[in-house]
Amino acid sequence: MAELLRVSSLQTHYTSFGGSRVIKAVDGVSFTLHEGETIGLVGESGCGKTTTCLSIVGLLPSAAHIVGGNIEFDGEELTKKRPREMRHIRGRRIAMILQDPMASLNPLFSIYLQVAEPAFYHQRVRGRSLRQRVRDLLQAVRIPSPEVRMREYPHQMSGGMRQRVVGAIAMAGGPKLIIADEPTTNLDVTIQAQYLEVLKDIQRESGVALIFVTHNLGIVAKMCDRMAVMYAGKIVEQGSVRDLFRSARHPYTQALLGSMPKLGSKEPLFAIPGQPPNLARLPSGCAFHPRCAYAMPRCIEEEPADRSVGAEWKARCWLTAEDPAKEAYAGATA
Amino acid sequence: MVDILDPTRAPAAVVAPQEFASVGGRWIRLARELPLVPLAILVPFILIAVFANFVAPYDPTEPIPGAKIFEPPFWMPGGSTQTLLGTDFQSRDVLSRLIFGARVSLIVGVTGTIVAGSLGTALGILSGYLGGWVDQVIMRITDAWLALPALVFAIFLATVVGPSMWNIVIILGLVYWTRYTRVIRGEVLSLREREFVKLAEIAGGSRTRIILRHILPNVMNSAMVLASLTIGVVIIAEASLSFLGIGVPAPQPAWGSMLSDGRSMLMVGDWWLTVFPGVCILLVVLATQLLGDWLRIRLDPQLRNL
Amino acid sequence: MPAPLLELRDLQKYFPVKTGSLLRRKIGWVKAVDGVDLAIFAGETLGLIGESGCGKTTTSKLILLQEAPTAGTIRFDGEDVSTLRGTALMQYRREVQVVFQDPYSSLSPRMRVGDIIGEPLEIHTNLSRRALAERVAEVLELVGLQPDLARLFPHEFSGGQRQRIAIARALATNTRLIVLDEAVSALDVSIRAQIMNQLEELQQRLRVSYLFIGHDLATVAHISDRIAVMYLGQIVELADSLELCAKPLHPYTQALFTAALPAHPDERHQKLAITGEVPSALNPPSGCRFHPRCPHAMPRCAVETPVRKEAASQHIVACHLY
Repeated sequence: MAELLRVSSLQTHYTSFGGSRVIKAVDGVSFTLHEGETIGLVGESGCGKTTTCLSIVGLLPSAAHIVGGNIEFDGEELTKKRPREMRHIRGRRIAMILQDPMASLNPLFSIYLQVAEPAFYHQRVRGRSLRQRVRDLLQAVRIPSPEVRMREYPHQMSGGMRQRVVGAIAMAGGPKLIIADEPTTNLDVTIQAQYLEVLKDIQRESGVALIFVTHNLGIVAKMCDRMAVMYAGKIVEQGSVRDLFRSARHPYTQALLGSMPKLGSKEPLFAIPGQPPNLARLPSGCAFHPRCAYAMPRCIEEEPADRSVGAEWKARCWLTAEDPAKEAYAGATA
Repeated sequence: MVDILDPTRAPAAVVAPQEFASVGGRWIRLARELPLVPLAILVPFILIAVFANFVAPYDPTEPIPGAKIFEPPFWMPGGSTQTLLGTDFQSRDVLSRLIFGARVSLIVGVTGTIVAGSLGTALGILSGYLGGWVDQVIMRITDAWLALPALVFAIFLATVVGPSMWNIVIILGLVYWTRYTRVIRGEVLSLREREFVKLAEIAGGSRTRIILRHILPNVMNSAMVLASLTIGVVIIAEASLSFLGIGVPAPQPAWGSMLSDGRSMLMVGDWWLTVFPGVCILLVVLATQLLGDWLRIRLDPQLRNL
Repeated sequence: MPAPLLELRDLQKYFPVKTGSLLRRKIGWVKAVDGVDLAIFAGETLGLIGESGCGKTTTSKLILLQEAPTAGTIRFDGEDVSTLRGTALMQYRREVQVVFQDPYSSLSPRMRVGDIIGEPLEIHTNLSRRALAERVAEVLELVGLQPDLARLFPHEFSGGQRQRIAIARALATNTRLIVLDEAVSALDVSIRAQIMNQLEELQQRLRVSYLFIGHDLATVAHISDRIAVMYLGQIVELADSLELCAKPLHPYTQALFTAALPAHPDERHQKLAITGEVPSALNPPSGCRFHPRCPHAMPRCAVETPVRKEAASQHIVACHLY
């Protein structure tokens, strides 16, 4: 499958107080996404996953800037684009779905107007074909009686419905990539399940690639082909979801997997000691070392390099530099 | 080899907070970000007012022996360096009267604001937290009070109780408390729904305790911003009252009465009697407004973080 | 069987819905809680799970006396809570506390942490300042925080630490029941695990009971001894945690399990059998409230409200299938 997005050594920094404080929100992130693929960008608050996505679509707040690296999308270099050019890409070729559907929808406009807008502006669809387009989109996200629902307003719909409308808007421009940032966090469990099914169907039918940003490993297990685990602005491990769930190589990934409660099991949860790091004052060497059970002296001194530990599988940890037959931690995650 | 997922491994029993924002460090950072212009104006005025006895060259209420009336400032023909800013219609030194006038304006401004602020904040808190008929009564009184033109009401009260500096303070407090009540009530209404207030209620806290411990400290920021913006208004109100002759009584100097005294001479060309007190009022009020603005911006984002 | 610590019987809470601005005519009732029977025993954790609109928040408010029930009783240690006055009421407030979801608005921003934790003690006891400070230090250590952090303000702590402070506050007065209302839902995954372990450890040590309200099945199942499943104001199933996970009986419970996220990509994936959304509590469906969405609905379900039965040992379900 063709390569769609290649992020290489992306660095995005936040500067505040007139340059006196620099926060390296994204510090050397590299990953690749192919057409039709779903990658999960996993991490806890402050790890840089949202900033990475905002960097890709060019929607960084004024205090943040991309200071290094490349973002190649569909053959074009996004970091070199001017704001006007990015506006043509956003909504048309890359779309975003955000967490709060009520905030994503304009309360003053009907569903029809909001879903039609991307098609109207980017693809110049008009009149009857536009109405048909909206109907098709609403059907694709499984909203019953789309003709009727089109004329309604956001406040007349439930949270789950609204999030589907947001999905329809995202698809309206015919994008090749959708970035979904925690889209189901505010939804009930059964509604979330239905919504994820809808996303999967859309993907299957249209072949759109998906970046799923979440802190919930369950969603990754259900939706994603590949996953990248982020910590303190870096990707500490990335690979296929199966590989990582079966035998993750980075201690942080293992810890995350171990801290998930599993249905029907009362086994004590593994709790990572300590707190997520303060990005303004990162530890030396590997940012995870203060909380890592395997920390070695080298981890305090030197930042580990990103090295390959398998097919399309990379981890940033000094442990991988040693004998890869260390299966002491592999069995615990299965 | 330690099994990282071994549940018997004790997690860090001792957890330290992210950063210890030491109290000392916070004040130093504050000092670097102080508003220079308002403070450059206010601090000298405050110092002069406090040390008026030492700074002023003459007694402001006594005519200077040997001086003429309506002497111009020293740089004009006819002026002398003995009376730097000239004299008034009773040969009193204008500079000394300005200095002691600062005292009156600042004291009335500050204490009047404190009276208005305390009364208004207290009523706002009671209204917002207790709700029900207490809220209704207080709000209707506030509405009625606001309908009265402030200055006219002040004049009325002044003529009734008779002028003296402390009477003026109370009068101005009574006139301006409504500004606080509305705003504080609004804040209390939203504070009341915050979880930490509900928690205090669930824990069995009495209403008094909740108001004093939880509500009051959290409205102090708004109250302080309002106060700094009100000081200017109160100073002008005092000046207006003095101008009309019902403020601080003669011979005590007040900027407002100095304006009034000098008004008739303005047409004749003796401008210094009105311009100097006018400029002083302008500077002090401007400075308090700027300070209030800075305070509002400074305290607001923190409020949002909290 | 020992007497329950907290017992809810036929608990009902209806909220009137009024129209018109001046006359405010009543046009109906929102039946937020409609006939709930629950019991929590000393030292156990009862999980309460359900989606939005199921009534778990209202139930929690009723237990905390923030709302008064329309009908039914709440008994604590055998005594009807609505009849409590004066010292008995204060006693109840002392022994029943809550930890809320949002760590950022649960702590009074202008009070020092030590004062926040000590407040229930100040309200309920006459301890000297010294004794109070000692107790605060004791409780801080219980939740894994250094005692000298008591002099700091809430904004200097992270979300997980704030929840620990909230828990410390809930424990300060020899509490016997803590309502944990989505207490870990807003926390990062790794911190959540820390707090849950801490809660379990505290329960072992202090024999305090928990009512753990949540929406994530795996989390609730992990920490709870027994679980009650709520739908539209009613309890549809109540069983031991492991038993429920092994054999969910009510179709709604089964749907929750199907909808639950997998723990592993290789887990077999089932299609969700239910569709649509939770109907409004203003006009709940007749008979069994779940029947419009139930894949096993029979004609009887639309007419007759199912009664709670013990379908298996200690496993109660309200469904015509059993």
